[in-house]
Amino acid sequence: MTGPRPSATARPPGPGAAHARQTAAAPAAIVATDLAAGYGGRTIWSGATFSIPAGAFAAVLGPNGAGKSTLVKLLLGLLPPGAGHLEVLGGRPRRAGAEIGYVAQGVAFDPDLSVRGVDFVGLGLDGHRWGLPLLSWMRPERRRAIAGAIEAVGAAPYADRPMGRLSGGEQQRLLLAQALVGRPRVLLLDEPLSNLDVRSQAAIVALIRDVARVQGLTVVMVAHDVNPLLPLLDLVVYVAHGGVAAGPPHEIITSESLSRIYSAPVEVVRDRRGRVFVVGLEEEVSHPHAG
Amino acid sequence: MLRYDFMVHAFQAGTVVAIVAGVIGYFVVIRGSAFAAHALSHIGFAGATGAVVLGVSPVLGLLAFTVGSGAAIGALGGRVRGRDVTIGIVLAWTLGLGVLFISLYTGYATEAYALLFGEILGISARDVQVVVLAGIPTVVALAALYRPLLFSSVDENLAAARGVPVTALSIAFMAVLALAVTEAVQVVGVLLIFALVVTPAAVAVRWTHRPAAAIAVSAALALAFTWLGLTIAFFSPHPVSFFITSLAFGTYLLARLAGALRHRLARAPA
Repeated sequence: MTGPRPSATARPPGPGAAHARQTAAAPAAIVATDLAAGYGGRTIWSGATFSIPAGAFAAVLGPNGAGKSTLVKLLLGLLPPGAGHLEVLGGRPRRAGAEIGYVAQGVAFDPDLSVRGVDFVGLGLDGHRWGLPLLSWMRPERRRAIAGAIEAVGAAPYADRPMGRLSGGEQQRLLLAQALVGRPRVLLLDEPLSNLDVRSQAAIVALIRDVARVQGLTVVMVAHDVNPLLPLLDLVVYVAHGGVAAGPPHEIITSESLSRIYSAPVEVVRDRRGRVFVVGLEEEVSHPHAG
Repeated sequence: MLRYDFMVHAFQAGTVVAIVAGVIGYFVVIRGSAFAAHALSHIGFAGATGAVVLGVSPVLGLLAFTVGSGAAIGALGGRVRGRDVTIGIVLAWTLGLGVLFISLYTGYATEAYALLFGEILGISARDVQVVVLAGIPTVVALAALYRPLLFSSVDENLAAARGVPVTALSIAFMAVLALAVTEAVQVVGVLLIFALVVTPAAVAVRWTHRPAAAIAVSAALALAFTWLGLTIAFFSPHPVSFFITSLAFGTYLLARLAGALRHRLARAPA
């Protein structure tokens, strides 16, 4: 079993800072002001104030059940804020589509699913529209957009095969192409690495970074484990214990900072390969690779 | 054989039903709602027998029960899969109801037999009109719902995030399916509905992975089974339903065999 490649993990946190500097003056893509979220009368977290600059690579971290996916629902406008204010691309949160590319959590394609990769990516373009647009299907722009998105994620060799027969990594690339096909400005990814082995995780992370740079995307990625992302991150949004903290990773992911934010004894441990483990918020907060 | 009115009617109704069943069958297969389709036809049986007891046309009872229960199944929870237990429980009860209705109506055995196993050779000119009138909106509705339906069949969460009203869509689909099932019951009967609604599509998705092509293949196969079945039955003493279901089953078997063979060839060292 080989571990993550040293180049991806040995670097200290924060080399994304150079990237952040370019974007420091850019307008914010996402602004949360004293935001709270909950279902019914129950509040899951509150007091979230943070801003994600346009072009930044942000990770939403935190223990299971802390409300990371709830934040995603708020960002997509699928759940109204319990309190406070949330602005996405200068307006109200809106559904995924032309401006926000979205990859849902734990998409499990039926192994018998006989829809091809190209058809699936095409759904990302107009799958929400009614009717049968026989003319628009023939349009070369449509074909070009789909081919371009598939090319961008390197899925061309298997895009004609049925989705159900592809590997997890291949499916994840096509999910990404589906999110990118409308040329969005924000890429919202809910645990895109959770079903992948370590090698595919590294490949997908590198791919997301490259695509985001080329297309100037703001990336918001919910992640279970910060380690594969650490070298790329500009910003961490930490969701735990009913609160949300945000900032550069080297400022947030420290024992002092997390202990102070959550008023609990939190320990951030680093191993020899530079991998980070957060202990104290919940044992499964961060582990390099489960299984 | 087309000199006989009853054969002309059978071909007319069979053609419409086959196209409707073949088209909707694709969605039944990729949504994994084959069991729901099966259940709808059984629930429809109670409606049809009940209608006869009340002295109403069995088609009306069939339609009312399938559309009503279809909408209910669609609304139930909003998720496509994992409803087998609930559906099965309702299905068993409605079949029981059907048995009660049969016993209430004496001298009803042939009518019940027709409902269970299909009686396409007994279709009247007026029945053909009803079949056509019900068939057109089914196909039009499916064309209108095509993309969001495909999207939510592939992944419901993703479609919901794009603004597709997945629960409403699920209800609408089941209602359309109910309409299609009501149609198909006239040809193959309640118990044999799978042969037209599921088998052609199940073969088609093995044949091609393009959604539009799979729908076309599915409809073409359903049409072929129906026409061939009717033709063979005309020259033989055996029932049409037997030939249609046998053609469907045989084709499915061939498709699976061909698939397995292709798989083995692809695996063989070059």
